[in-house]
Amino acid sequence: MPLDRAAVDHVARLARLDLSEDERARMQAELTQILGHAEKIQELDLDGIPPTSHSVPLSNVLRPDEVTPSLPVDEALANAPEAEDGRFRVPRIIEDA
Amino acid sequence: MSVKEDLYETTVGLEIHVELATRSKMFCGCSVSFAGEANSRTCPVCLGMPGTLPVPNERAIEYTMKIGLALNCDIAERSLFHRKNYFYPDMPKNYQISQYDLPLCERGHVDIAGDFGETRVGITRVHLEEDTGKSVHMGGTGRIADSDYSLEDFNRAGTPLVEIVSEPDIRSAEEARVFVAELRSLLESLGVSDVRMEEGSLRVDANVSVRRSGEKEFGAKVEVKNMNSIRSVGRALEYEEKRQREALDAGETLVQETRHFDEKTGTTSSLRTKEFAFDYRYFPEPDLVPLAPSTEWVQRVRESLPELPAVRRVRLASEYGLGAADISVLTGSTKTADWFEAAAAAYGGDAKKVVNWIIADLFGLLNEAQMELHETRFTPAQLAGLISMIDEGKISGKQAKLVLADMFESGDDPEKVAADKGLEQVSDAGAIETAVDEVIAENADAADKVRAGQMNTIGFLVGQVMKKTKGQANPGMVNELLRKKLSS
Amino acid sequence: MDLLWASATELAGALGAGEVSSREVTEALIERAEAVDPKIKAYLQRTDERALADADAADERRSRGEMRSAYDGVPLAYKDIFVTRGITTTCGSKILENFVPPYDATVVERCDAAGLPMLGKLNMDEFAMGSSTENSAFGPTRNPWDLDTVPGGSSGGSVALVAAGAAPWAWGTDTGGSIRQPAALCGLVGVKPTYGLVSRYGMIAFASSLDQAGPITRSVKDAAALLNMAAGGDDMDSTCLKEPVPDYLVGIDRGIDGMRIGVVKEFQGEGSQPGVRARVDEALTRLEKLGATLEEVSMPSFEHGISAYYLIAPAEASSNLARYDGVRYGHRSAADDIVQMTSRTRDEGFGAEVKRRIMLGTYALSAGYYEAYYGKAQKVRTLITRDFEKAYSNVDLIVSPTSPTTAFKIGERTDDPLAMYLSDVYTVPVNLAGNAAVSVPCGLSDDGLPVGLQIIAKSLDEKTMFRAAYAFEQDLGLDERPNI
Repeated sequence: MPLDRAAVDHVARLARLDLSEDERARMQAELTQILGHAEKIQELDLDGIPPTSHSVPLSNVLRPDEVTPSLPVDEALANAPEAEDGRFRVPRIIEDA
Repeated sequence: MSVKEDLYETTVGLEIHVELATRSKMFCGCSVSFAGEANSRTCPVCLGMPGTLPVPNERAIEYTMKIGLALNCDIAERSLFHRKNYFYPDMPKNYQISQYDLPLCERGHVDIAGDFGETRVGITRVHLEEDTGKSVHMGGTGRIADSDYSLEDFNRAGTPLVEIVSEPDIRSAEEARVFVAELRSLLESLGVSDVRMEEGSLRVDANVSVRRSGEKEFGAKVEVKNMNSIRSVGRALEYEEKRQREALDAGETLVQETRHFDEKTGTTSSLRTKEFAFDYRYFPEPDLVPLAPSTEWVQRVRESLPELPAVRRVRLASEYGLGAADISVLTGSTKTADWFEAAAAAYGGDAKKVVNWIIADLFGLLNEAQMELHETRFTPAQLAGLISMIDEGKISGKQAKLVLADMFESGDDPEKVAADKGLEQVSDAGAIETAVDEVIAENADAADKVRAGQMNTIGFLVGQVMKKTKGQANPGMVNELLRKKLSS
Repeated sequence: MDLLWASATELAGALGAGEVSSREVTEALIERAEAVDPKIKAYLQRTDERALADADAADERRSRGEMRSAYDGVPLAYKDIFVTRGITTTCGSKILENFVPPYDATVVERCDAAGLPMLGKLNMDEFAMGSSTENSAFGPTRNPWDLDTVPGGSSGGSVALVAAGAAPWAWGTDTGGSIRQPAALCGLVGVKPTYGLVSRYGMIAFASSLDQAGPITRSVKDAAALLNMAAGGDDMDSTCLKEPVPDYLVGIDRGIDGMRIGVVKEFQGEGSQPGVRARVDEALTRLEKLGATLEEVSMPSFEHGISAYYLIAPAEASSNLARYDGVRYGHRSAADDIVQMTSRTRDEGFGAEVKRRIMLGTYALSAGYYEAYYGKAQKVRTLITRDFEKAYSNVDLIVSPTSPTTAFKIGERTDDPLAMYLSDVYTVPVNLAGNAAVSVPCGLSDDGLPVGLQIIAKSLDEKTMFRAAYAFEQDLGLDERPNI
């Protein structure tokens, strides 16, 4: 099923990718092709087959409620692109759509 | 113009978030305390640094099950964590680890009672997730809308959060308010959270819709946020009910939207229309394996449940013969009720006396000092001691109030306070008798009048004895002695 | 002993016998890097100072008889996907160009604890997405066997460095074949362990349910030895198995007499280059000669492996890569508001392949499409796991070519993402089922380029896999090296 341009724009927004016009056009074609290939699994009858969400046979892996040392503040902020007053500074927050 | 209330039906569903009082965060070992400078309780995991992985806090899971069991839920045999994907600067990973179609607890209920009678509110689910960081919006009034930029603090990011979702069984603002109060009381009794709405450890969002009575379809669902106290829940929903009724009455169509409650004006205003539903792209969290709590574990948690508020209220009524109003006040918090019961047990006598002292006198002092009952500087046993002193005639009721006020500041024993203040009521029969004899001798006319039958003069004589004993004689004893001596 | 071409085990032996010092070995490798790396560009960052300091410390420990392990002092390099404290870690991406982690990956910690000096960080396809290392934001790595060809990917830097004699061994990661395929293309041994055997803490995530770290070495014994050092439970990774781990070297030379080996029916015939087919067929004959019996096994679900993989991996990746938003670390683009800032940061910081997979993954998970795409792909995964289980009730191991082709030319497939994806067709089913596999060199194709044989074991049966790989390797006695 071909992907329309609106879908590309919607997904780009969801994924926070400011794609250029060129990128959007190319993405539309490439994704359509890849999804077309992936769509072959649509033909399979998978009723009654449980999905595998984890391939390790583990459950209940927990840790005790104990405090371990945190990073010193300067280390926590060392990679911050912008910091102010011991906090990470970000541009004006606007609500999405 | 008032709108006839029975023309309309209100439906409310609540979504409550509870910050758990564990020592460490949900998925890492950073401390969960309120103290510390910004970003001082973070690590690569809760900062969402590359390559980091979550490991769940065992106690948080236990607390969640505790809440679920207290709410009469079924505990899942198999439960999964899911990723809830969305971008926001207070989200270290831009996805929140939460639960989706396999939550830890489901299908519970809470019974509430009030002016509206009694009703059962269903609990759809109780699940576990992680909290976000905190944003501070700079350059304007502090709200996002007029800010220039924001600052992010991730100390809170990763704190374990339980989400409780009620069925849309609530039918009025008052029911909602009572429900939240009861839920808060219940959570508090479990000891799983500080449950302080003003501090954010208990958060309430509501979905409200009003429709014409008898109509099959629900009205537009309006989400109400920013209710920061139990009282606000009542106020906000009352306003919202009224707003929706008036709109419907005026023939308007209501839209599905999110509204923000303003504490100051007591009104709600539109934040955003909810036509655009967020696409969270939920999928099972691949970094976490399934939860399958054993029956033994669930049983242990069930056995660890304390006496829940509803049960305690019934017991207090029957055991201490207390009325609903008193019970309601005393069971406002578990610690208050515990303190009361300890005092009543220490006293051993009529519990109503203990109740009266707490409610009539102690609460006044506590409110002024902005303290809770359990924070009182003296012990329940010491209150019991004070009341006993009155019973034994060692001090009068009036004097006891002074002693209480002193005990409140000093935390000292009532005996010590009374002695220090020289307030020990004189109940020594010999000492009183001496004073009585003296007064009779000094007030022969009045004494004759009493002998002659004019009992109302006895008050004057009692007063004279009190004066002579500097107010410390036990007035009851004085009265009795005077009568005896003047009845011949 | 030729320090550049000795195996890690041989070097350990020489160090133990006092024939050479760790410093000498490290210096030789640094010198070699000076000579060859300008041609192959395997390194993103050399850590010479650190390597020499580590080496000196190792020599010092050895002089006191206090070795941390049998391999104390044998240098090692890491794919730049492993977070290293105080050392820039980029994951092959501009978006992390300046990221200096304040923590180490568990794999790094364990190798440090074993005393292995750190040579540096190696090139890779950006965020491990690719099969040629051409998707690195910092330029491609070249195959030492033919500098016009790719080394494979995404662990291209790791294999190129080892294949060029500039490191005895290196760590890579494998999500859909990213250790095995480059190992095959460069004539090396590459292992993808059972999912959950090696901790993923500090290994930058691509597809969480598929990623595994694994050794890239010149000999099978080296691979077993390196796996020994890192495998086993980790409190920082809840998907890491907690059972005690066997010593993979013990019994490795027991031979394969009587072993039953399955040959995948669906992988026969079309799909592989003739030269690849020929070497693999010869390998099968050799296995029989060594005492194994071959049987055909049918794995009908394998046909859908690529489709399932290219829905699951991008879906998980789209979520794993959401954290790269310019807020707490990494690249940040200028903008007026948070949405613009994050969107530009990611558009500028990510390369084309990464963006493509994020878009694909986001779409596969989005409302209305989950069941049809991600949901169904997870079910195909179950089918693949079941096919493996059924096969393993009749055979001990399964073999196939590792890659359908030998190393292709740089630039040959970059315009055709789908063609690039299809190079993973033999390796992907193992990641989907979570079991273990190794690629061992099985000769050179007619074009003079290496061919790899893939040996697949059932979950946690690395020992059987190593036994077969070792027997095969020893019997084949390959002694080819690239001319570089």
